[in-house]
This record gives sequence, structure tokens and C-alpha cells, in this order.
Amino acid sequence: MDTRAFDVIVIGAGPAGLTAGIYLARAKMKALILNEGAVGGQMVLTHEIANYPGVDNISGYQLATTMRKQARDFGCEIKSNVALTRIDLAGDEKVIEVNDKERYLARAVVIATGGKPRTLGVPGEAEFRGKGISYCATCDGDFFLGKDIIVVGGGNSALEEAVSLTKYADSVTVIHQFDHFQAFPHAVEEARRNTKIKFIMESTIAEFQGNESLNGAVIRHLPSGDETKFAIDGAFIFIGYIPNTSPFEGAVLVNDTGEIVVNKALETSQKGVFAAGDSIEKKYRQITTAVADGTIAALSAIEYLRQRREHPAAEREGARETALA
Amino acid sequence: MLQTNLEHIGSEEEFHETLAAHKNVMVCCGRMGPMCIPVYELMDEIRGEYTHVAFRDLEFDAPHAHLIRTLPECQNFRGLPFTVYFRDGKVVKTTSSIQSKDQVTDILDEHFAVNAAQ
Repeated sequence: MDTRAFDVIVIGAGPAGLTAGIYLARAKMKALILNEGAVGGQMVLTHEIANYPGVDNISGYQLATTMRKQARDFGCEIKSNVALTRIDLAGDEKVIEVNDKERYLARAVVIATGGKPRTLGVPGEAEFRGKGISYCATCDGDFFLGKDIIVVGGGNSALEEAVSLTKYADSVTVIHQFDHFQAFPHAVEEARRNTKIKFIMESTIAEFQGNESLNGAVIRHLPSGDETKFAIDGAFIFIGYIPNTSPFEGAVLVNDTGEIVVNKALETSQKGVFAAGDSIEKKYRQITTAVADGTIAALSAIEYLRQRREHPAAEREGARETALA
Repeated sequence: MLQTNLEHIGSEEEFHETLAAHKNVMVCCGRMGPMCIPVYELMDEIRGEYTHVAFRDLEFDAPHAHLIRTLPECQNFRGLPFTVYFRDGKVVKTTSSIQSKDQVTDILDEHFAVNAAQ
């Protein structure tokens, strides 16, 4: 197996990972970013980013492309659409194997794997994905012109996209599992004002149904357990994200929702391993906070490696913050 | 215009020429959205490995996109992109919405096997 050594490997190429790559490469670290999907992470889900400081309206794809170019221009190597087939973070030298045929070594790793859309996990969901079920209103909304659709979720994304979908659909019914919304008040108000939007609360989807494409959903009222079948043409699912941290289970400490536990320097419980972005335990998840995390994790990794070079045989535990419980 | 590194099919004529010139063709018909971009990128990544396949993109809103949008195999599709695999000019597989690298390479390995292309 081909083996190559780097100073730092970053796993993930969203805004946190790309920022870490920029800072590492600019500090003359030999840096590698490994990414299982497309570069940009959740940024590319956004057609228009209006609140990135210093940048007028820009698409998530364009911002991701610029970040990638910056990282590469500074000398960071980026490999995307790869499968991470082995991850060993326990030793002094971290080992990551890719596609079962390439091996990469590094003294420090930054985990920046972000999150992925949560799915309902109900019958029919996978079958009718792209055939009536969607996770992207701006991508697929115009397929439902004049149709009756549902939106599943109760946060900002669900209600904002429900309003957006009324440009196309004749009716939008929001299905939410709780008796109240988690969205900001202005998002709730806007949705409630829209005459095309109806609400079914304390309910969830039991099953999606159809033939060649989606044509129905069974909705379960949670307090009573009663189920009702609705005829629908489409379903948009916006029920949040889950952290992409399962590959690191057992290697680093995670909380009960799978988020990586870090200290203020974004060090994990494993020496030489740092984490940044949506995969860590944090309150606010924005592109700007991910960029900040990527910066901190990179600088912490640089300092870690510098201390190792100055004191290669000594443990430096005393200098570390021990905020990890 | 699609901002990808792939060759674009820009007209009906180019579409027919592409199918005539290549035994195995993968066409991703989409926009520049979050479900489409990952597919264009993985096509760009793997084309060096799958040299016996012609990888193309086609803009979903272009007039000549009807060549993909009206295919019988795509009539139940409600999610971008529409991805169509052609062998000897005939449709052998279609998919709707985002696809992972594994999903794409499984299709390529099944329908465009190297020994069958020789």
C-alpha cells in the first residue's frame, strides 16, 4: 500500500476543514484534506449566503470553490470523493487509509466532518427519494407546481422552506412532532400568515406510499396513536442534522448526541487530535463559527507540533487545558 | 451555464454526436444546486479511472434538455439531477436526485464493464 506522511491531516472539506487547511498550509505545514463527499460540506446546500461578513450575496458553491482554491494555492493537498477505510488515531503517528489502497500518516489530525441531514427512517422514504421525497426545496420545488405537498419538521429550515414552497404548490401542510415550533418567532409568524400553509402538530410520518412515485403518506398522531392516510404529491423533509462522527466512536470522547467533546483549544480526548465545525459540541452552527473553529483547531495543531519538536520525548500534559470531563 | 469541469452537451446535435461517438455515456442533467454539484464533482473525480466512459453534463433548463427530461424512464422523477447512462445509444439506467460515489460506480461497473466495452 502506498504510504505518504504529512504534518497534519484534516478530515472533512467543509468551511471548518478548508479553513484549517488554509491556516496549516500558510504556516508551511505539510497538510492534507481528505473528504468523502463533495468539497464544501453543507455550504453547497445554500444557494445564497447573505450574512458572511465582508462578502456580498454569494452562493455556497462559489464560497466553497474560493476556499478550496485558497487552500490549494497555499499548498494544501485536497482529496475528495474518497472512502476512508481505516482510521487509527490512538498512536503517536495517526494512520488513515483511503480506498483500501492508500495510507496517510500524520502526527496531528483535525476532524471536521460536519453533519448530514437527518432522515425519518420510515418505510418508503428511501424508495421515493427523488420520486416525490426531497431534502432540498430550491432544487426540487418546481416539480410540484400546483400540487399538494407536506413539509416535515418544526425548525427554521422547515418553516422557511414551507413558505418558499408556496410559490409552487397549491397547498403545503407542515407536519411536526411537537405541539410547538423550535423555529424563531418571525419564521413561525410568516408561516402562519401564509394562507396556503396548514399545520398538523404532535404528529409524525409512519410510512410513505406510492407506485412509480410518491402518492401518499400515513400520518400518526402521537398522543393517540391514530393513523390517517393523506394523498400527497410530494414531501420535503427538514428535521435537522446529525454529526458525522460515527467513524471516530471509541477514538475520541463524544456526548450522548454524537458530538465530539473538545476544550477551548479544540483538543479532543485523544492527544494530537483536534475537532472543528458542526461535528463538535457547540450551541451555534453557522459558516462563520465553522471558519472560526477551523482556525483555532489549525493553530492548536501547529502549536502542538511545535511543542513536540522542542520537547520530542517529554509529555506536555501540564500545559494543556483539562476542561474535558 | 453549468460551472463544472465536465464537457457540456450544449445542443441537440452535440447530444446525438456524443451518443454516436462513444459506446458508454453518463449524462448528468441538472442545475448548480446542492444535489447536482456532488454528482458533477464525483464524475470529474472518477473519469480518470473510467476512461472507457464519456462523462457529460447537460443544463436542465436548456431547450435541448427535453432529450433527457422527456425520456420515459424519467417521467416519475421529481428530484435533480436526472442522471442517464447510455450504452450503444440506448438507456440502460437512470437515477434521480443526488448519488454517492459508490452508487455511481456500482452502476458503471454493472452496465459499462471494461471487458464488455472491448
